[in-house]
Amino acid sequence: MRRILLDSLTHGSLTEPAPQPDAAMLTELAASLDRVARAKLGRSLSIREVDAGSCNGCELEIHALGNAFYDLERLGLRFVASPRHADVLMVTGPVTKNMREALARTYNATPDPKWVVAIGDCAVDGGLFASSYAVVGGVSAVVPVDLHIRGCPPQPVDILKGLVALMTAAH
Amino acid sequence: MSLLDLIPLRERCEAHRPWPRAIVDNEGWGVAIDRLEAGNLTLLGLWADGGAVHMALLDAAAIAVLTYHCMHGSYPSVGARHAPALRLERAIRDLFGLEAAGSPDTRPWLDLGFWEVMHPLGRTAPAHPPAPYVFLPAEGEALHQIPVGPVHAGIIEPSHFRFTAAGEHVVRLEQRLGYVHKGIEKLMQGATLASAARLAGRASGDSTVAYAYAFAQAAEAALQIEAPPRASYLRALMAEIERLANHFGDIGAICNDASFSLMHAQCGILRERTLRAASACFGHRLMMDVIVPGGVARDIAEDGAAALRDLRNEIRRIFPRLTAIYDNTASLQDRTVATGIVTAEYARRFGAGGYVGRASGRDFDARRALRYAPYDRLVFDVPVLTAGDVDARVRVRISEVEQSLSLIEQILDQLPGGEIRAPVDIQPKAGEGLALAEAFRGDVLVSLRLDGEGRVARCHMRDASWFQWPLLETAIEGNIVADFPLCNKSFNCSYSGHDL
Repeated sequence: MRRILLDSLTHGSLTEPAPQPDAAMLTELAASLDRVARAKLGRSLSIREVDAGSCNGCELEIHALGNAFYDLERLGLRFVASPRHADVLMVTGPVTKNMREALARTYNATPDPKWVVAIGDCAVDGGLFASSYAVVGGVSAVVPVDLHIRGCPPQPVDILKGLVALMTAAH
Repeated sequence: MSLLDLIPLRERCEAHRPWPRAIVDNEGWGVAIDRLEAGNLTLLGLWADGGAVHMALLDAAAIAVLTYHCMHGSYPSVGARHAPALRLERAIRDLFGLEAAGSPDTRPWLDLGFWEVMHPLGRTAPAHPPAPYVFLPAEGEALHQIPVGPVHAGIIEPSHFRFTAAGEHVVRLEQRLGYVHKGIEKLMQGATLASAARLAGRASGDSTVAYAYAFAQAAEAALQIEAPPRASYLRALMAEIERLANHFGDIGAICNDASFSLMHAQCGILRERTLRAASACFGHRLMMDVIVPGGVARDIAEDGAAALRDLRNEIRRIFPRLTAIYDNTASLQDRTVATGIVTAEYARRFGAGGYVGRASGRDFDARRALRYAPYDRLVFDVPVLTAGDVDARVRVRISEVEQSLSLIEQILDQLPGGEIRAPVDIQPKAGEGLALAEAFRGDVLVSLRLDGEGRVARCHMRDASWFQWPLLETAIEGNIVADFPLCNKSFNCSYSGHDL
């Protein structure tokens, strides 16, 4: 029964790129990211995600990068559990005062060379929360940021695009 | 009405809708605590406004709010006799500087010592260096502590978990939250209804629809207006889509934490399809800012109903196979059955909402108990189980997927025509509203007080997580450390919705 289920579930049309703009964009992204990533980091880029105060909306879309439609890992991108294993810090949220020190420490624990990608409108400048007593501001108020990916939250495909842009710029 | 009849009141407040609010003194406050302690009432919320403390109470389907005006900045502690209030009282002190007299736990809760001000919503004062935070003691031979967080090893929100373990077994877990406190309630004070609604929609991104829903209902109650029927159906439609998306995410993620990645991958596909359908219908994958006070900001797209029917067909085709796999995989159930048990007594006492309560025998769902529109015209079951373990929390979600699909069908079939938005700003007036909306993880409470000029004077939002987080501490006791991620994921409490 397991075999039947697996066959019907995994050999359906899902895993094929569908003729939609989304899928076309992804195929294009996969090719360009593959080329640049190979040149820079031997085909892989490890990402450590840090929620520095987000509403968790951005986390949902970052999670989605791993699903069958976006399949982050086929591009050589993967999320790692420790900043010590990471090339990229992906930071979300307005940085809260309660998270400022934790974010700075995570950054300091990440070995060079490293890049910081700030995800979401709040990560740019604190967004709706900028004027709060409990918020420092955007991510760049605490650690240097190489790229901002805007959106509330940004769509998964926008995050993928942004990672490609980062790789190209860092080249 | 019977709820307030048993409590000595000083004065009723007519401006509060739709449920009554009354001012009490020591006697009435004490009787309410007696009834909470005896299990006759459920605590729905405890929050402050200026120098007063409000307590929202639930009795079957009746809600009432009691107000205690603090003398000398203090009120009789509820938490001293009814533990679910403890963290709420600590938060009130951090934000307002009001003391819960007699509370056994006076440690800070949301104020971790990094703000420049003390009591930002009350009488502010410059902050002074905080005393070191003391975790509750766990004593015994060969016990060791495992500190985890605030930055966790995954794509997770921040918090600190302090485990005390004897070998592999957890003797005590103590949570420390507040890391994502953004000061939302302060930002809402003085905000227009429109900007406050946007803030409400960002209290917890995974429940953005539910928060906007509750906020809009509270605003409409305060203004004594009603959303048009079409808007009310569209709201429920979005709420059910949000529930589907989150339940798929959770079911997959729980199985993934038991190292069963097939379910994770398959549920991820269903979740993505659900989000794409949401985007096709309402122009945003999470449907942020679509629900607004007075109605909805945009109508469902022309081809939205077709997208949802396709989604329903796809889910009906795939999901039963996935649940069959869950049912037939012994190695998976070996991890979920009898793991992380929440007792029925704790679920009842804490008024645990959502699948946490319903997996432990607490038969409560705000949609059914309060019958807010349009749920008064829709037919659905509320699945309740009694095992209280990770497995039961998975199974409640599985049943709720089926219920949400049926609700979506009913809504599409019954969707009335007409307006989608009632005007809210023609005649600004002062008023107070309270609303409870059933988010995917449980009931969200919003209490709103409007000034006479169309602005928010005070808004309090209480996530279901407030009464679920403490139960996670009880559920993990005696389990092995390695099962914590599994237990935690089966709760999937909100950090941001709690910290605000």
